[in-house]
Order: sequence, then structure tokens, then C-alpha cells
Amino acid sequence: MTTTDMQPTGREIGATWERMVAKRRLYTLIGLAILLFAFVSSVRFADESNAGHFFERLPHLFDFLSWLIPKEWTDVWRALFDIASPNDKGGEEYNFAKGRVYFWGDFYVPEYFELMITTINIAIVSTIVGFVFAVPLSFLVARNFSPSTPLRLVAKRIMEVLRAFPEIVIAGLFTAVLSIGPVAAIIAVSLHTIGALGKLFYEVVENADMKADDGLRAVGANWFERVRFAALPQVMPNFASYALLRLEINVRASTIIGAVGGGGIGEELKLSISRGFGAKTVALVLLLFVTIVAVDQFSAWLRRKLVGEHAFLLQH
Amino acid sequence: MTFTMIHQSRRHEIEERYPEYFKRSFRQRFGFAMVVAGTLLYGLYALWFFDLPRLVAEAQWQRFGIYLSQWVSYDVQPELRVKDDGSIETRYPRFSVLGDDPHPDWIVDTADGGKTVLIDGTSRSVAVNHKQAVVTAQGQSVTVDLSGENPRVIGQAPAWMTVYDDNVLASFGFAGDASISSDRVRVRKRFLGWANFVFDTHSPFFNKPAGEVISLITSGPRIDPEQSNLSLAFDNIWFNNAWQHGDVWTKLFQTIVMAFLGTLLGALAAFPLAFLAARNITRNRLVNQVLKRMFDFLRSVDMLIWALFLTRAFGPGPLAGSGAIFLTETGTLGKLYSEGLENIDDKPREGIKSTGASTALVHRYGVMPQIVPVMVSQTLYQWESNVRGATIIGAVGAGGIGLKLWEAMRTNSNWANVGYMVLLILMVVFLFDAASNAVRHRLMGTNKAAMGH
Repeated sequence: MTTTDMQPTGREIGATWERMVAKRRLYTLIGLAILLFAFVSSVRFADESNAGHFFERLPHLFDFLSWLIPKEWTDVWRALFDIASPNDKGGEEYNFAKGRVYFWGDFYVPEYFELMITTINIAIVSTIVGFVFAVPLSFLVARNFSPSTPLRLVAKRIMEVLRAFPEIVIAGLFTAVLSIGPVAAIIAVSLHTIGALGKLFYEVVENADMKADDGLRAVGANWFERVRFAALPQVMPNFASYALLRLEINVRASTIIGAVGGGGIGEELKLSISRGFGAKTVALVLLLFVTIVAVDQFSAWLRRKLVGEHAFLLQH
Repeated sequence: MTFTMIHQSRRHEIEERYPEYFKRSFRQRFGFAMVVAGTLLYGLYALWFFDLPRLVAEAQWQRFGIYLSQWVSYDVQPELRVKDDGSIETRYPRFSVLGDDPHPDWIVDTADGGKTVLIDGTSRSVAVNHKQAVVTAQGQSVTVDLSGENPRVIGQAPAWMTVYDDNVLASFGFAGDASISSDRVRVRKRFLGWANFVFDTHSPFFNKPAGEVISLITSGPRIDPEQSNLSLAFDNIWFNNAWQHGDVWTKLFQTIVMAFLGTLLGALAAFPLAFLAARNITRNRLVNQVLKRMFDFLRSVDMLIWALFLTRAFGPGPLAGSGAIFLTETGTLGKLYSEGLENIDDKPREGIKSTGASTALVHRYGVMPQIVPVMVSQTLYQWESNVRGATIIGAVGAGGIGLKLWEAMRTNSNWANVGYMVLLILMVVFLFDAASNAVRHRLMGTNKAAMGH
């Protein structure tokens, strides 16, 4: 069939194009107007329901820097390493030496380092626990390896709920059961990690090359053998890399959970800021910052070794 | 069974042809086993570090069941007091969910002047008169003598009954329990569901069947002369004392607004900065590096620290939360955007440049069409994940539903409210998840959304 007789003239093409562009511009403008409206009303809503108002408090925004700056900068180092301060006149602001955690004899670990280690341990344990549960779960959920559809859907829903469930509620529930401490935080972060890693993992499994699986099926391998020899060798580097990425996020998450009662450095930081202890706050923020950067760098280095120069999206 | 034998020389030949499979390095052979062993060793260390065996041994697992059952149930605790004249008086605690003047049909008067509490029909009940309490459960009836100084179980006490010196405790499982002293019997009857979820006990609509409430609202005479019944009903629901619907929904909305404001402002700030940070757009290593380190700094200081500082600066509320998300998000989105910009295809830019267009036009037509879908998709993803994050940030005072959730948990008595808020949060998160997925898949031009992702 020839279409030459149906071809529009140049003028018609131009008119259609202009109409299209005008329509698209109109939609863009409407979208922007809605966004602007939502933005302005959100700002007003947030400002009204806040304890202090934005423009009222703005001149005082840097007031808090005045308490943050310690009288003597050396106090920051003393706070960090639990060395007795000459400013100590009783009270909690300068009682640095009290926090020492003695191991044997005169050898002690400074309090904040101990808390930081607790927080990091929470993050590592939850990442490991999450990894161990997420791997089998992801093979149940992945379309290409799932043994049965009902099981797949159930496992998928479980993962979604685990991912969306507010961590503080799990932490609060287990604080009641296990008494206050880091274990409640571990459980809360672990459960969230199972859901988050499970989702990433099953997407990796679904994208796996199925040729190896075809071969194994052809020789009559069962489900475990297929997973072990066809899928795992392909997906393991990606799994490990996502787990490391999760570790970075979990260090932050366990700090936050700590601040709401899960122990570790978050709790100390919250207390220190709310009481306005300048030197202690600076020491804690410094320690936390350096640790987070170190963990991120280490994990980035290890990930590069595992999967090469892959750009991973930051995922929470 | 037959084996296929391979000749020695053939075997050598194969081994030499594929050395990488037959002569594997130490790391290849034992690397995985070593990682597993290291993880196990670390697990042992963690067991010691967190003192897990002791914690598990001392854990009060029964609380877990109790609290979880409180998520979806409520109880009424009538107290039957034996008065001096031998009559039985029923009392309810203050703020009982039954209202000020309760006469539930599961407490019946008996012929001898006593009262019977039917906990589960007649199969589980507590009958009290001035001399004795008869507890019926699991097909047994046990009489507790109340005439002495202390309650005395007549006969053998069954397994569901715990006898203390001045108190006898009968447990009916989920249905409730009864605590019997010589002068009073306190019964707890548990109901599945949420009590007074719509109207609280102070509302004129309290305890009325749904049909009556609807007819009152649509055609009944005004209960309050100042306002219509519809607005009164809405008022009663919104300011429900037990559930605080109005407050909960406002706080939930605050959380969403916090995430929205923080992400949008972060995106607006990150957008121009990302162009300066991308090394293929701005050819100035110093500017690139300074901005990239700034993004890292904003991200690494962490949302929690920003939230704590801003709560001190602005006072508790969504402003502090929005600010914290904004600062973190500027870092995160700046990093993502600049990485996206560095990965674009340079050919369209060259094409536009060759027509002699200005820099602004080169960016508008050579860069933006490639990058905008990626940016919008990443921003939506961050918004969605910030809705989740804002919940937790709220608990440290940065506003939103987090703080409310935390307060409800703190008291350990209001788990039904916790359940309600968790349900709302889950709904919001799923809604955002689905919406942002749909939009992202449309933008990225894949039809994965249609595949039921």
C-alpha cells in the first residue's frame, strides 16, 4: 500500500507539532502550578504546627552554635578519650573520666568508642541476620525459581510488610520483652533488613541468566541443586554488594534506633544535645561522622572489588 | 552401572587446557568457607558482646503475646465488691470503655442476691455471692470460699488457677481472668476489636447502633442546638478521646508533608549544584570536588543529627523534620544527580553545540531530556523512602506521627492505639510505594508496572 496520497503537507505537520507542544506545555504548567500550591501550603502547614515558627526563630538559628562551641577545644579530645578535664566541677557536662570502661588493670576503652562499637555491632549483626533470611526468601519470591505461586505471593507480602513496618514499633515491643538494650534494636533493624534485602535480592535473581538452570534441569537436578549451582554463583557478588550497601544504611539506622531507646551512641548523642553539653556533642558528632565515612569508604572499596565499577542506586 | 573411564593422557590434556578449573588458588578454594567461618566466629563474639543467652533466659516472652493481643482487643474490668450487708456491688474503673452508666448484659443477678459474670457464655463464668465465688472453666466448677480472712479453694485447685495467700487468680486465656480476694472479685473480660473506635463514651451517639446514628444524622432533631447533627458527629469522631483521630491524622499528614517538603527542597537545591559537581558539565576539578565532598558531608552527618540540632533550633515540630530531610536529601540527591549527569550520552550535546546554541540551550535540549526522567524517578524513590524515615525521625522530636507512636508505646498500656497508627503508616507507605512505582515505570518507559510489580 502506498501512503503518498495520505501524507500531510509541511504546514499541517507544523500545526500538529505546535498543538502537541502547546498541550505538553499546558500540562507541564498545570503540574508546576499544583506543585507550587502543594509546596506553599505545606510550608504554611509545617510552620503553623511547629513549636517555634520559621521567621521568628531564624535570627536565633545560630544561637545553638554558641553552646555547641566548647569553652576549650581540648575538651573535645578529653571527652572523646575520657581524660579528666580541669573544668570538671561535678555535674555531667565535664565528667569525662567517669565513662571509662575498664577491661583489665588500667587499660580502658573510652565510653564513646564503646558505644560506637555497640552501634556498629548492631548494624553488622542485623545485616548478617537479614542476609541469612533474605537469601532463601528471595529464591522463594523470584519468578524464575519460585517453587509454587501461593508460596511466592505469601513470601512477597511478608517481605513488603517487613520493609514498611515502622522500626520503632518493633524496637518498642521488644524493649518491653527483653528489657531496654541493644538487642531490641538488633531485632528491629534485622526485620527491616530482611524485607529490604529480600526485595533487592529477588530482583537480582529474576535477572539471572537461565542457561545454567536449563542445563541443570536437563540432568534432573532438584530445586536446591538448581539454586546452588545455577543461581548462586551468578548472583552472589551482587548479593554481597547489596549487603554491604545495606550495612552502610544500617549503621545510620541503628544510630537512630539508639536515639529512641535502643542503646548505643544515638542515645548518648540525643541526651548530650538536649542538655546542651557542647564538648560532648562535638566529640560525639565527630566520632559518628568519621565512623560513617570510614564504613562508607570501606564498603565502597569492597563493593568495587566484588562487582567492579557498578553504579548502585542508594536505596533505603 | 558403567563408568566411562578417561585415559590418563586425556585427563592430563583436559587439566592443562583448563588450568583455572583444576588448579584453583587458595582463595578460590577456601575463600567462601573462610567467610562463613569468620561470620560464625563473629556471631559467637556478638553473642558474648550483647550477652544474648542471659537476655533470652530473662526475657518475658508472655508479654509479647499480651501486648500483641492488646493490639486487636480491649478489656472491661468490673469489680464485684462484697458489701457488709451481704449484697454485691459492681464497680468499674474510671474511663471504662463502657461509659458512665454501664449495665452490660453479661453480668446477671442470681436468685441468692449474688452476681454472675459470664466471660464466655456459661462455659466460663464467675458467680459471686457473699459466701463464695464459683469459677467455671474447662468443664470444671471450682468453689472459692470467701467467708474467711483469705479466700480458700475448696478441693483441688486446677492448673488454670494460681493460689496465693490473700488472692486466687483464675486464668481464662485470651477471654480474660479473675482475681479473687475475700472482699472483692476483679474480673477482666476481653473482647476482640477496638472499643469506641468511632464515638467515645462522652458522645451522644455513644453505644447506639449504626442505623440509629445514621437516621439521627440525616433526619433526627438537633442534639446540640448550636450545630447540625452531622457536624456534631464529625466533631465527636475527630475529637474522640480514646483514639484521637484528629490528632493522629494531623500528625500522619505532618509526616507526609515533612517528607514532601524535605525532598522537594532537597531536589531544588541539588539540581543546580549537581550541574556544577558533574565533571563533564563543569570542567573545573576544584568546584567538582568541593561540591562532591559537600554532598558527602551532608549525607554522612546523617538525618538524625540534623534532626536533633534543628529540633533545638526551631523547637519540636515538622519544621525541624523537614529541615533535617532537606539537608540529608541535598546530599543524597546531589550525589545521585551528579552521577546521573556524568553518565549521560554526550552526542546530543555535541549536536546542539554544533548549531551554535548558547550554554543554557545546550543544557536545555542536550542534557535535560536525558536526565529528567532519571532525576524524577530518583526523587520519587527518595520521597517514598523519606516517608518511612520521617516516622522514625519524628520520635526524637522532629514532629509527625513518630512522636505520637513513641508516646503511645512508652506507656505500655495503649497498644491498640499503636496498632491503629501502625496500620495507618503501613497504608500510607504501600500507597506511596505503589504510586511512585507506577510513575517511575511510566517515566522510565518500561511496562513493568503492568506486570504487577
